[in-house]
Amino acid sequence: MQTLKLVAVSAGLGSPSSTRLLTDRLLQAARYRLAEQEYAVDVQVVELRDLAVDIANNFVTGFPSGRLQEAIDAVTGADGVIAVTPVFTASYSGLFKSFFDLIDPAALAGTPVLIGATGGTARHSLVLDHALRPLFAYLRALVVPTAVYAASEDWGTGGDEASPTGWGEGLPTRITRAGNEFADTVAGRPSRRLEDDEVVPFEKQLADLRLD
Amino acid sequence: MQFGIFTVGDVTTDPTTGRTPTEHERIKNTVAIALKAEEVGLDVFATGEHHNPPFVPSSPTTLLGHIAARTENLILSTSTTLITTNDPVKIAEDYATLQHLADGRVDLMMGRGNTGPVYPWFGQDIRQGIPLAIEHYALLHKLWREDVVDWEGKFRSALQGFTSTPRPLDGVPPFVWHGSIRSPEIAEQAAYYGDGFFANHIFWPKQHTEKMVRLYRQRYAHYGHGTPEQAIVGLGGQVFLRKNSQDAVREFRPYFDNAPVYGHGPSLEEFSRETPLTVGSPQEVIERTLSFRDYVGDYQRQLFLVDHAGLPLKTVLEQLDILGEEVVPVLRKEFAGLRPTGVPESAPLHPAVLKTRTEKES
Repeated sequence: MQTLKLVAVSAGLGSPSSTRLLTDRLLQAARYRLAEQEYAVDVQVVELRDLAVDIANNFVTGFPSGRLQEAIDAVTGADGVIAVTPVFTASYSGLFKSFFDLIDPAALAGTPVLIGATGGTARHSLVLDHALRPLFAYLRALVVPTAVYAASEDWGTGGDEASPTGWGEGLPTRITRAGNEFADTVAGRPSRRLEDDEVVPFEKQLADLRLD
Repeated sequence: MQFGIFTVGDVTTDPTTGRTPTEHERIKNTVAIALKAEEVGLDVFATGEHHNPPFVPSSPTTLLGHIAARTENLILSTSTTLITTNDPVKIAEDYATLQHLADGRVDLMMGRGNTGPVYPWFGQDIRQGIPLAIEHYALLHKLWREDVVDWEGKFRSALQGFTSTPRPLDGVPPFVWHGSIRSPEIAEQAAYYGDGFFANHIFWPKQHTEKMVRLYRQRYAHYGHGTPEQAIVGLGGQVFLRKNSQDAVREFRPYFDNAPVYGHGPSLEEFSRETPLTVGSPQEVIERTLSFRDYVGDYQRQLFLVDHAGLPLKTVLEQLDILGEEVVPVLRKEFAGLRPTGVPESAPLHPAVLKTRTEKES
């Protein structure tokens, strides 16, 4: 059976980082679900903190350094992407946005994406639907319905006391649901292949201008 | 193989003195640099074309015509001629005139230009960059080869019974290179016509160059102009030289750190690793330049950028002395020794084309 490649992008800055913690939990949930369905899964985490200078340099020079190119290739070549950012000033972090600014706008079209965010208080949780979801909608990615926001307080709650309506679910339940939706979407998609630039024969280019 | 220099024509403050040359100084300095290139035995001087500050070369044939009058052997070229925003009829006329004045010492490199506002200033749209390059060049190609042209395209008013004057010198159109960083359409265009392909090869990683040149060579053969190895390839390069490597690095660093385009970003060391920039001794520049051949094959023209980022005229002239005395003679010998028979030594330039034709006819 083919191996599915999942790549997670974490924009957390601290060490340890709650953003990375959420990233790992989401990855784990997705892996677990895919393993149940007997998929082989290859996972990679891209820590944007390690690429911060490379990302800034790319804006200045117009091209990515070797290791930034590897990270971009990993993300654009993945069967599914998990993208998690801390909330800074009412939105995703600048570093998170900068990384996705460097990705070709068509490169994630059709790629399943699971979004997550972390912050000090739950009052920022709509950042998922007001900032991250539109960003990936622009990139024409396939964002799964459940997105996960983890506030500081979530890490200190016990288990889940899920209400029948689904409101008020605890973090573990949300992570599992998001991981399942993401895994099922990835498993249901055709595998991605990186294609080389195709040459449009010159006769065709001339014909398009009616100069043949 | 031909060696030369290409200039962007930027007016940039010297970061070590805070002094900015006037436009007048920059233009006169450019002439001095071109004359020096001939004096030290380089083959080619190419000027950029820009229509916005801080650049001065908006009128390349005026500049090149002046240099033509003051040189004997230097080939005058461009880097690049904006095929998108210039009227191809005017390019045909201007460069044919220059060809007559320079007795054939003229070729040119087509480029699209990447400054958005320049397009509307000349009545065009940058989103049509590639189609403009294709259509305008198709017309230019015809104007230099057919005495009477009927033409209808998308971007320019139609022509009926038009003759571009003067006709190219001895009926031989100037040789054309197509310059690009990473657009496969342009490599394809160069291949289709059997023209030269010039990879910018400065400021960017070599991977783009490698990929584009490989594509161009394959397609050149596909269109029946020769083997892939016989395709006509030119490369850019950026160097700063001093006798000792450490002196070169020390002197160039402030210019690098503050340079337009890439300054205030990666370190000189990182940028030298990631792009073909070479700052060092003549021997280091020789070795790095010879290594270009490893990923593009045997090629016909090497142009160096030596005069940007606010370097003063005196320094640039010293760079040319070192290039002419210590670097280029070695490169000529080494490249010639490596080049297999059957691979052209140079692009089919005017005198060569004329000579071959005369021999065939007699």
